[in-house]
Amino acid sequence: MRDPLPPPAPPASPSAGALLAANWPILLGLALLALVPTVASALDNPFYIRLFTRAVIFAMVAVSLNFVLGFGGLVSLMHASLFGVGAYVVAILAHHDYESTTLFGFAGADDLAISIPLAILASALVAGLSGLVSLRTSGSYFIMITLAFNQMLYYFFVALQQYGGEDGLQILGNLHFAGLQITQRVTFFYVTLGVLAVLLLLFARLVQSRFGVILRATAQNERRVVALGVPPLRYKLAAFVISGAVAGLAGALWATGQGFVSPSDLSWVRSGDYVVMAVLGGMARVWGPVFGALLFVLLEAFLPSWTDFWQLPFGLVVILIVVFLRGGLVDLLGSGTSGKGERT
Amino acid sequence: MDPGLFVEQSLNGVQLGVQLFLMSAGLTLVFGIMNLINLAHGSLYMAGAFFAAAFIKLTGSFMLALALAIPATAILGALMELVVLRRFYGRSHLDQVLVTFGLILVFNDLVRLVWGVVPVAMPTPEFLSGSVTIFEGVRYPAFRLAILAVGLLVALGLYVVVVHTRTGMWIRAGASNRAMASALGVDVQLVFGLVFAAGAALAGLAGMMAGPITAVQVGMGEPILILALVVTVIGGIGSIRGAFIAALMIGVVDTFGRVLLPPALGSMVIFMLMAVILAWRPKGLFPVHA
Repeated sequence: MRDPLPPPAPPASPSAGALLAANWPILLGLALLALVPTVASALDNPFYIRLFTRAVIFAMVAVSLNFVLGFGGLVSLMHASLFGVGAYVVAILAHHDYESTTLFGFAGADDLAISIPLAILASALVAGLSGLVSLRTSGSYFIMITLAFNQMLYYFFVALQQYGGEDGLQILGNLHFAGLQITQRVTFFYVTLGVLAVLLLLFARLVQSRFGVILRATAQNERRVVALGVPPLRYKLAAFVISGAVAGLAGALWATGQGFVSPSDLSWVRSGDYVVMAVLGGMARVWGPVFGALLFVLLEAFLPSWTDFWQLPFGLVVILIVVFLRGGLVDLLGSGTSGKGERT
Repeated sequence: MDPGLFVEQSLNGVQLGVQLFLMSAGLTLVFGIMNLINLAHGSLYMAGAFFAAAFIKLTGSFMLALALAIPATAILGALMELVVLRRFYGRSHLDQVLVTFGLILVFNDLVRLVWGVVPVAMPTPEFLSGSVTIFEGVRYPAFRLAILAVGLLVALGLYVVVVHTRTGMWIRAGASNRAMASALGVDVQLVFGLVFAAGAALAGLAGMMAGPITAVQVGMGEPILILALVVTVIGGIGSIRGAFIAALMIGVVDTFGRVLLPPALGSMVIFMLMAVILAWRPKGLFPVHA
């Protein structure tokens, strides 16, 4: 693909000190997360490991969503379904492996080295097809179409009676990664944390790359990008596919960790939750949504113990944040970097 | 398919279609005039059903309950617009999605708080509880026929208002070019407030009429909201005519899809229809904005 934009001048490589100053919240956050299993075992409360595994996996989705949302200006309301496709691929392959049946003539798999790449591929494919339809339309249509596709995939899995339908699908049998046992609770937590760290690095690189520059420019002023001779559609589509693939990866890990998938993982409300996580954390930073996901999962876990009606305060918080706090939690952390007008 | 079943399913399809139209009419105008995405429109559908159920309990009369619940939903809609949504006209679509998403959570929990999580029963009105013989051997519930008739009447009324009155002219002007309409002296804000309240009333009406057929419960507005969004997108944002045609199309296609196709495919067919139409016409069938 010939590209009329000159390569951007390589950014003056920032000193280690500057990098630390700009990114200390996430470095601290990841370091603290790494202590979770230790603290949980000290408190003799393995529930926390489960809880933070959930947070880390949701963080992956929120970060991948923010790649198209915060940097591409695309409000996708179908990331729960992309997540769900990844999750179901792992679960369905495990199901066929356990039952020793075939799917379209292929055997199932309990090896995650096979099923996770397939899950990523399936989610990327779904994202690509839905992107082809939805990205040709403008902003507001895009939101509603992604919401419709989310609902379509939700109904699809509800209707798949052979895979449990509305009740969901239990993964029986032993999942492993090329023979390695990774599903043990603590091991699996560190696996997900490692994956999240790698994803953050990759997305940070991607945002700074030529591709990322064009994506951000498209979000700010698509017409100018077109005037520069860059066709924005293929960049947006590529970004959407990448984002969908990562959501699929997160879903695959979710299915592995839970040993269970259900259509409720694909509900459109969950898609809305991911948007809330991204905004809550702060969209101007690649890692902002990690904090949104952490806060969301903690609220979701602990608010119900105070009140049965936890969605009421949560909804009010969301409304208040939209009205008053435009830069997300990152603003509160005082890193003072989210006001640069990176997004529209 | 034997003719009796065909007629019955066609009526079911049109009945779903008119209900979708009642939902989409407000949605598409709000969207067209103020460029506001209102995900909480489904909450008004739910509110309508709960108001009606409460008023039936209070008054014992379905018609009286309807007469009370419709203005109640309109007032709720007007309040929603006045207190929250009015601040969000100029804001990004993302902010609108977030704030209306927050409203859904709040409304759902408020309903849980007041009515509990158990679905509320809503009796079919006495005089519509029977069924009507369409032709030899085909009987159809009178209540569903009534829904169909009310929906078509409302559609006709809307057509007259929107196409043949001055207010309607303002609405159309606002939907096709808000800035120009405003410059020409139309009080777009006022028109919009009225449209929002009327749209809320129609969504509420759809919810009330669905009450005796489906369960009156928390979250009942969300599946139909998403169908209404599909209708809005297919019909073309801001177009009442588009919403009507798209609503009937979605109603009929969805009903027959579920009867004729295997379930996994039948539940997806309307969304595929949407994808095909949008691939062909990215701005819907009847685009209002040139």
